[in-house]
Amino acid sequence: MAGKGNQAPGMWPGVAGLAIAAAYLAALLAAEKQSVIILLLAAGIAVVVAAAWLGLFDRVSRSFADHEDAMGVVAIVSALALAVVFREDHFVLLLITTVLLYTVATLGLNIQFGYAGVLNFAGASFFGIGAYTSAVLNTHTALPHLLVLVIGGLLAALIGSLLLLPVLRTRGHYAAVVTIAFALLFKTFLEVNDVLGGPQGLQVKGMTILGWSFNDNIEIGGLSLSFYVNYLVVSLLLLVGAFVLVRRLERSWIGLNLDALRLDETAASCFGLDIARWKITAFLIGNFLIGIAGALFGMVGSFVAPNNYTFADSLLLVSILLLGGIGNPWGLVVATFIVVVVPEKLQTIQEYRFLLYALMVIGVLLFRPEGLLPRPVRRYFPGWRP
Amino acid sequence: MTALLEARGLVRRFGGVVALDGLDLVVDANEIVGLIGPNGSGKTTFFNVVTGIYGANAGSISFDGADITNAPARAVYQAGISRTFQRSRLCLPLSIFDNIMIGNHMRLNQGLWFNLMQRAAFKREFEENYRAARALVEVFEPELADRMFEPVAGLPMIDRRRIEICRALISAPKLLLLDEPSAGMTHDETAELMDDIMLVRERNKNLTIIIVEHEMGVIERITGRCVVLNFGRKIAEGPYRAVASDAQVQEAYLGVA
Repeated sequence: MAGKGNQAPGMWPGVAGLAIAAAYLAALLAAEKQSVIILLLAAGIAVVVAAAWLGLFDRVSRSFADHEDAMGVVAIVSALALAVVFREDHFVLLLITTVLLYTVATLGLNIQFGYAGVLNFAGASFFGIGAYTSAVLNTHTALPHLLVLVIGGLLAALIGSLLLLPVLRTRGHYAAVVTIAFALLFKTFLEVNDVLGGPQGLQVKGMTILGWSFNDNIEIGGLSLSFYVNYLVVSLLLLVGAFVLVRRLERSWIGLNLDALRLDETAASCFGLDIARWKITAFLIGNFLIGIAGALFGMVGSFVAPNNYTFADSLLLVSILLLGGIGNPWGLVVATFIVVVVPEKLQTIQEYRFLLYALMVIGVLLFRPEGLLPRPVRRYFPGWRP
Repeated sequence: MTALLEARGLVRRFGGVVALDGLDLVVDANEIVGLIGPNGSGKTTFFNVVTGIYGANAGSISFDGADITNAPARAVYQAGISRTFQRSRLCLPLSIFDNIMIGNHMRLNQGLWFNLMQRAAFKREFEENYRAARALVEVFEPELADRMFEPVAGLPMIDRRRIEICRALISAPKLLLLDEPSAGMTHDETAELMDDIMLVRERNKNLTIIIVEHEMGVIERITGRCVVLNFGRKIAEGPYRAVASDAQVQEAYLGVA
């Protein structure tokens, strides 16, 4: 990461971009009055359009491309700074934690759809499998809670493998229909299953790691922190892990395999690709990530019910993917913030939030089909020059 | 001379249409064979059956001593047969390097652990392959070698063809199947492309080529032997000059006088 030539803009545009984004987000999250929030949102859109028009985003994306590790560290610091600013505000911390975990889930969907081209309309169901795993295991067993997260991921992958045969036998829209059927069946299954609490759902015990209960508020010196800070930090760690995994996957021969089979199955198989093997790999890894995120989300929310994991929620995850830029993990972070935070702050549109999502998706597909932050061409090692 | 590829009594039907009708075709090692015939005579179908995209309804194919009849496309590639497609089938959003690496699939370490966790070892393999791909591209167009990480979508037809051929050659196959390499290109571009392919073959004497082509100049210049198909059958075989003056061949192309 040492000093490069003059032609590269360096990492400062990226750092400045992240700092401005974090400050803006803090202002938006702190704002209470609807008029202020609407004003802030309008100002945000205006600034983004102006910056894009002035070409500032090109410089920001250059520094992200060349110094991705450093940008990652700055992003982590920004998230922690937000946590400190809102240290006593349960609602805001829960909102940020939700964003972090939804991003992990969409990273999983991104492996499936963005890379392998397998459209999964049951994302929320696999998220729910993770959450229900937490509910059952935390109540009935003494398993360490970090292990419960992993089991949640594994169960999501395992139950997802029920869909493998139809997904491998069908292509494109037909595979998507299979996953839609699964999402609908999953919710009905939960509703009629009394062991899993039926329509009322189940309580989830909070997380405890090595005797440290996550559901207690924290006192450090004179500083008191909301217990949600615990969950925020763990969710952030999970997101960093998932992000690194997805990045490495993309920047490897496996990422190339997935792209090749998405773009042209016939040509790919003429060059030795085992289509089924790589589709299965992508589907299972994706569901594993979604399941882990769901397991942690269950503990964060302390309650699971069938109504939280409906087909509509799956659509929400897919719309984040479309909005952010299919295949671009940074775009997913931005898109999740928009999709989760805006309706929460803008009380007036709460009821119509699916209308808002629909409009956003249609707008993106019409005017920017590759998403807010389109996926750049693969670079196996950022900053690497031949 | 030993037979590298040997097809016996190959039949492929599509509903009522018989695309290959008991075709016998033998190609020796180090040969360059031209496969010609009118449209719909079964040339591309032959390629698709050999490479495992279609199954054969009857007959057998052996390659390098092993039976590959109805083998999956993957196995055919691993046995050492690479191909290009009549209509370019590159992955347009991917870079030149990525597209060429797709062709090198069997020589890349595909282990999950290696790819995700052993990044230092992966980087060595990546750099090795970068040098190999670059050297190959340089044979065809030195200017392209400096643009290895640009998407293929922005390139003109001739460069796409070159990359498709690099993708087929990077794994050092024993047999290369070229399906109308001149399609969509000018006369001069085709000549240049053929010269480049011959240059690669100079360096790699073991490369056997079967080429489907409508540009008879190309066939005459580079092939040692031609096989003429009509309605899925072989109607003539021999050096281009002899085949071109064959009455049956002329009738197949021009109709009965």
